[in-house]
Amino acid sequence: MFGGLIDRIQYIGAETLRSFQRLGRASVFLLEVIASCADLVLKPTLLIKQLYSVGVQTLIIIVVAGLFVGMVMALQSYYALVDFGAEDSVGVMVALSLLRELGPVVTALLFAGRAGSALTAEIGLMKATEQLSGMEMMAVNPMRRIVAPRFMAGVISMPLLATIFSAVGVLGAYVVVVQLLGLDSGAFWSQPQNKVDLYLDIYNGLIKSVAFGFVASWIAVFEGYDCIPTSEGLGQATTRTVVHSSLAILFMDFILTALMFSK
Amino acid sequence: MTSRKIEILVGLFVAAAIAAFFMLAMSVSNMSSYGAGDSYEIKARFDNIGGLKVRSPVAAGGVTIGRVTEIQYNSDTYEAVVSMTIEEQYNKFPVDTAASILTSGLLGEQFVGFEPGAEEDFLKNGDVIDLTQSALVLEQIIGQFLYSQSDDEKTE
Repeated sequence: MFGGLIDRIQYIGAETLRSFQRLGRASVFLLEVIASCADLVLKPTLLIKQLYSVGVQTLIIIVVAGLFVGMVMALQSYYALVDFGAEDSVGVMVALSLLRELGPVVTALLFAGRAGSALTAEIGLMKATEQLSGMEMMAVNPMRRIVAPRFMAGVISMPLLATIFSAVGVLGAYVVVVQLLGLDSGAFWSQPQNKVDLYLDIYNGLIKSVAFGFVASWIAVFEGYDCIPTSEGLGQATTRTVVHSSLAILFMDFILTALMFSK
Repeated sequence: MTSRKIEILVGLFVAAAIAAFFMLAMSVSNMSSYGAGDSYEIKARFDNIGGLKVRSPVAAGGVTIGRVTEIQYNSDTYEAVVSMTIEEQYNKFPVDTAASILTSGLLGEQFVGFEPGAEEDFLKNGDVIDLTQSALVLEQIIGQFLYSQSDDEKTE
């Protein structure tokens, strides 16, 4: 009976140690990636190629999602506010929630699903097919050649995508509320212009999206680089990327919101 | 895909993001009211500012002419000192202009309202408005109302 209990305790201890080891490896890995990012200035073509596959190819899902999120929010808040005669506030409500929360968070979640998983799978497959060790044999540093451009592309793309998401969302809300429901377009634009602050709302939203992009890309490239080089291990790594990035994004969003908008 | 095509698409992506940022900054946020043109600063002393906040609007005749930039408490005179920047194009307020703290709507947010006076001299940068009316504090009004009610009952 005691044997079973001690086995359990050993299991818990081993798991704890394993996760801390992973965390330590991930931190060292991050430092190496950041150190290799400096070389990208010399080879911008690598970065541009990754900006294409990480940023441009994610654009369509971001635009479509932003449009519909904005339209649905406008519709819902219109029906809620029209009872109080406050439907003029739909514009400011949609703009504030998009800029502060939904823009960065939903973009980051979609980004983790669309671009993060692809990064993990790509790097993981390179590891499984021994392309990474092949590069090392040829004295090409895979950190600089493969990992750093993908990481930087993620960090750069996220704020751009989040900005596009928010702008498209506001336009979607405009289409629904002004064109379909007949609200005055002056009221729709003037209320946000009074209430939305360039620094407090727009810049803080951008800071959030940079932070999310940093974490999501970090997790994605690390999971790929650290995966078990089998088809099963690759699948697990891709799943972990999406799950861990999503959880990290939501948790960080709470922390950042508490820091930024607490006063 | 050729690298030229890729570069063009990335360029379009970055341009779209910059355009989106400017669209948000110009037409959704209050950037147009930031430092657009010159402005001058005016101070006003109030007994009670109620719910006035930094960045609350300053209005004359219902038109926004500036913003509250700073609120301090002067512990020597026991007054709140409100600093405001007024746009330079509205530089013809007489020195006996009155400032009062008003509420937009029943539950709306509070703003500083200017009521122009009749003097020939105009307010300049750094001037202080002395004719002020404090915010109406709902609790005090209710208190006064209840007090006057009980007075009425006694006299009856």
